[in-house]
Amino acid sequence: MKKEGEIRIPSGCAISGILNKNGERINGEDIITSIELMRDRSNGLGGGFAAYGIYPQYEDLYALHIFYDDLVSKASTEDFLNRHFEIETAGKIPTRKKKGIDGEPLIWRYFVLPRRFKLHESELKESEYVARCVFRINGHYEGAYVFSSGKNMGAFKGVGYPEDIGRFFMLETYEAYLWTSHGRFPTNTPGWWGGAHPFTLLNWSVVHNGEISSYDANRRFVEMYGYDCTLQTDTEVITYIFDLLLRKHKLGLKQAVEIMATPFWREIALMSEEDQKKFEAIRAVYSSALINGPFSIILGFEGGMLALNDRIKLRPLVAAEKGDTLYVASEEAAIRVICSEPERVWSPRGGEPIIGLVEGRR
Amino acid sequence: MKKVYADEKWCLGCGLCNVYCRTCHSETNDIVKAHNFEEPRPKSRLHVETGEKVNFALQCRHCDDPKCVTACITGAMQKDPDTGLVTNDTDRCVGCWTCVLACPFGAIVRDEDAGKVAAKCDLCVKSGEPECVKHCPNNALKFEDRE
Amino acid sequence: MSLQLGWPDYMVIRDENRCIKCEVCAKQCANEVHKLDSDYDKMMADESKCVNCHRCVALCPTRALKIKVNDLEFKPNANWTGSAIKEIYKQASSGGVLLSGMGNTKPYPVYWDKMLINASQVTNPSIDPLREPMETSVLLGRKPEKLEFDKDGKLKTKMPPQVKLDVPVMFSAMSFGSISKNAHEALARAATDLNIMYNTGEGGLAKEFYQYGPNTIVQIASGRFGVHPEYLNAGAMLEIKIGQGAKPGIGGHLPGEKVGEAVSKARMIPRGSDAISPAPHHDIYSIEDLRQLIYSLKEATNYTKPVSVKIAAVHNSPAIASGIARAGADIIAIDGFRGGTGAAPSRVRDNVGIPIELALAAVDQRLREESIRNDVSLVVGGSIRNSADIVKAIALGADACYIASSALIAVGCHMCQNCYTGKCNWGIATQRDDLVKRLNPDIAYERLMNLITAWKHEIEELLGGMGINAIESLRGNRLMLRGIGLNQKELDILGIQHAGE
Repeated sequence: MKKEGEIRIPSGCAISGILNKNGERINGEDIITSIELMRDRSNGLGGGFAAYGIYPQYEDLYALHIFYDDLVSKASTEDFLNRHFEIETAGKIPTRKKKGIDGEPLIWRYFVLPRRFKLHESELKESEYVARCVFRINGHYEGAYVFSSGKNMGAFKGVGYPEDIGRFFMLETYEAYLWTSHGRFPTNTPGWWGGAHPFTLLNWSVVHNGEISSYDANRRFVEMYGYDCTLQTDTEVITYIFDLLLRKHKLGLKQAVEIMATPFWREIALMSEEDQKKFEAIRAVYSSALINGPFSIILGFEGGMLALNDRIKLRPLVAAEKGDTLYVASEEAAIRVICSEPERVWSPRGGEPIIGLVEGRR
Repeated sequence: MKKVYADEKWCLGCGLCNVYCRTCHSETNDIVKAHNFEEPRPKSRLHVETGEKVNFALQCRHCDDPKCVTACITGAMQKDPDTGLVTNDTDRCVGCWTCVLACPFGAIVRDEDAGKVAAKCDLCVKSGEPECVKHCPNNALKFEDRE
Repeated sequence: MSLQLGWPDYMVIRDENRCIKCEVCAKQCANEVHKLDSDYDKMMADESKCVNCHRCVALCPTRALKIKVNDLEFKPNANWTGSAIKEIYKQASSGGVLLSGMGNTKPYPVYWDKMLINASQVTNPSIDPLREPMETSVLLGRKPEKLEFDKDGKLKTKMPPQVKLDVPVMFSAMSFGSISKNAHEALARAATDLNIMYNTGEGGLAKEFYQYGPNTIVQIASGRFGVHPEYLNAGAMLEIKIGQGAKPGIGGHLPGEKVGEAVSKARMIPRGSDAISPAPHHDIYSIEDLRQLIYSLKEATNYTKPVSVKIAAVHNSPAIASGIARAGADIIAIDGFRGGTGAAPSRVRDNVGIPIELALAAVDQRLREESIRNDVSLVVGGSIRNSADIVKAIALGADACYIASSALIAVGCHMCQNCYTGKCNWGIATQRDDLVKRLNPDIAYERLMNLITAWKHEIEELLGGMGINAIESLRGNRLMLRGIGLNQKELDILGIQHAGE
């Protein structure tokens, strides 16, 4: 069987996210409990988490999480890393044996900064430099896969049910102000650890439930801007679109939503003349960044999260609030299992974003 | 009342209106039989004027003040006060052809085969439109109320 | 020479039992094939004049007529086919270039028919266009690289002019002259009510058509017929015609007989004079010259209208298209070698150029490799025959499609390919008053409306089946296509996988 990247694999899923808007950090128990409840939305072929605020001691360094198939790929990749980065510290990511989790690759973590002369020589922004290095490793280093590359955040993922993956990575020992998680139900995969979700790039992480029908239009659009869609998954392309819009084109979250789940023409026709002009421009310039077909996604970033449905809500997404905590999940039960008496529970409409920001951040 | 109007701008002079008019006024109601086999051969009730530049189909105008009705010596030619239709009662018609003479449009023809009677357009509205209008390939005939 | 080596191409078969001698066929045949012989009271036919246009067949009220390809044959020979031999007879007797109307007739592969469209099953729901919104609108024009908004979310970027189509279809260039005024009027009116565009072709524009301006593309071709500032500003979009799929590298020739009062006025040439368009634009011998013309036109229209550049699909189309995009064109139109024409030398029509499917795939890919695909719109034509062709073209990477032959077929064209004779029995490709009036624009307008409305419904159904509710999500979405019966090279160029993969 072909793995992700060699063939496009559709999958259905469960997603869940918890954000503390005060920036207070909680450990990984709750998010594991939440995603565990939706076990029947996964099939044991992939699960994962993204956690923000987990490496305060290294908050200025890029945390590279890498899967290696073997020591040969590790050696060649580390050679690349040494040439391009100052490696502050490195080591295996701690794991515990867990029933149902086997065949894991070598899982390493590096806290790095770009080598100054290399960065200078490249004439790139630091973030772009790191992103290109990630693309380089993932595209050209056989057997190595960078699955997390942000600062003070990390992804943890693998083949198995998500709750087992969470315990395998000992997430109860991490504390984060934002947790997102994903349980996967791929319809056709041998189960490759790199293919699990969340998908991340720099500080962006995306968990996604759906199968977008605009995939190849989106892929061929972002590939024009230097993104290599090596995994051929929806989550990968959605992450790149966010990165393009938010980081490279410097648009706000609101504009990104207006692009990715743009209003229907018939809705635009009812808007003010100014808004009509705006959306006509959006639909002209960013038509290939419209995400079409069923999806519900949670975008995690430094300082908050964004949850979004497709325009006609073909996938479930529920939100709830209690105190300073914002919850989003595929099913309401997955929220209530960790928050028995939410103050407010609602189901956002198609294309209507839920944006949660940590106060004092952007 | 609704009448048939010709739009000479679009009339091709193809004569299909004639074909369908004749068929409509035949015994068999079949184009081939009406034209090739029926004896006597049914008469078309309209006339297609063709010229270098202008063509048009002409049939009874069902005038408000029909000269044919005034001229008719037997009272066979009548205008229906309700529908406005001008018709010829073939049983009463004696074939004197006064109506033919009186009609300013030349829209009445002699149908000697059918027993020496005057034949004219009866707005054969069987379903929706008269046959000539229905079968005009270029919408050059319109069935409209223009009053 | 009295000796004719060939024989009539067609046979007129009349069912004597059904013929009612109504003479409709005789009155309708501009080629004077049919005649009532009063001596014998019988309809006769001179088959040598028949072009197989089916006007008589369509109007015969008793369906007594059949036109068949003459089955008289030469001795079987796979190399010296009947048509190869007959063409030699023709040229040996006339000494002239063989002429044809409409598109390439040779049995080259039609790639549209070798591509299959995807549909959603289980993992992704199909969408019912009768119950859910389904968007088929597209915007044509140059796109800035990105948009900028102020802190209140208001748009700061000034957008270049865009043309919005409700359906990704436009009526391709057909000049007043090559087609009749009535055909032109039907196209203009239908384009207006469908909210799409029609194209003047290179024949200028009669004043009475200025009212359709918002839905008009005014074309500027090598002959510059009828081009003046008012004309340039009369439409909503401009198009520089470099080439045409049916005759790449060849100019045009409208014979003087077709240049009557109205055509002469629209083209600004004397009545009865031949209108000859040079093969190249004599002010465009290179890409930088094209840039100058593009910007001259933009200046003349005050940067309020997008400028399209139309080229024929040829071997080097990707590089040419890239150059056109960089020269400042807002829209690139590519015309494939099966595209129609009023008249073309047969040898050119049948042997020059490449299929639009391959040109489109290659151009779209090349523009993406150069990261400039999103800057411009891509319009393709050259035998788009139905809504599935449109869906496939968009999935390969087009923004919209040009149709011309399909539009003419909708109003009556029977593809007899004798447009160049000026005796079009359907009133389309003619300027003879008695023939022109055969095309009632009211009827033709309605048929065009029906055709595009029907195609829109079909496009919506196909989109919904793929789980897509906005046509832009199909653009360049080649995963939605699979090849059938194609070799690896063809699949690579089209950028698609084979069915089953």
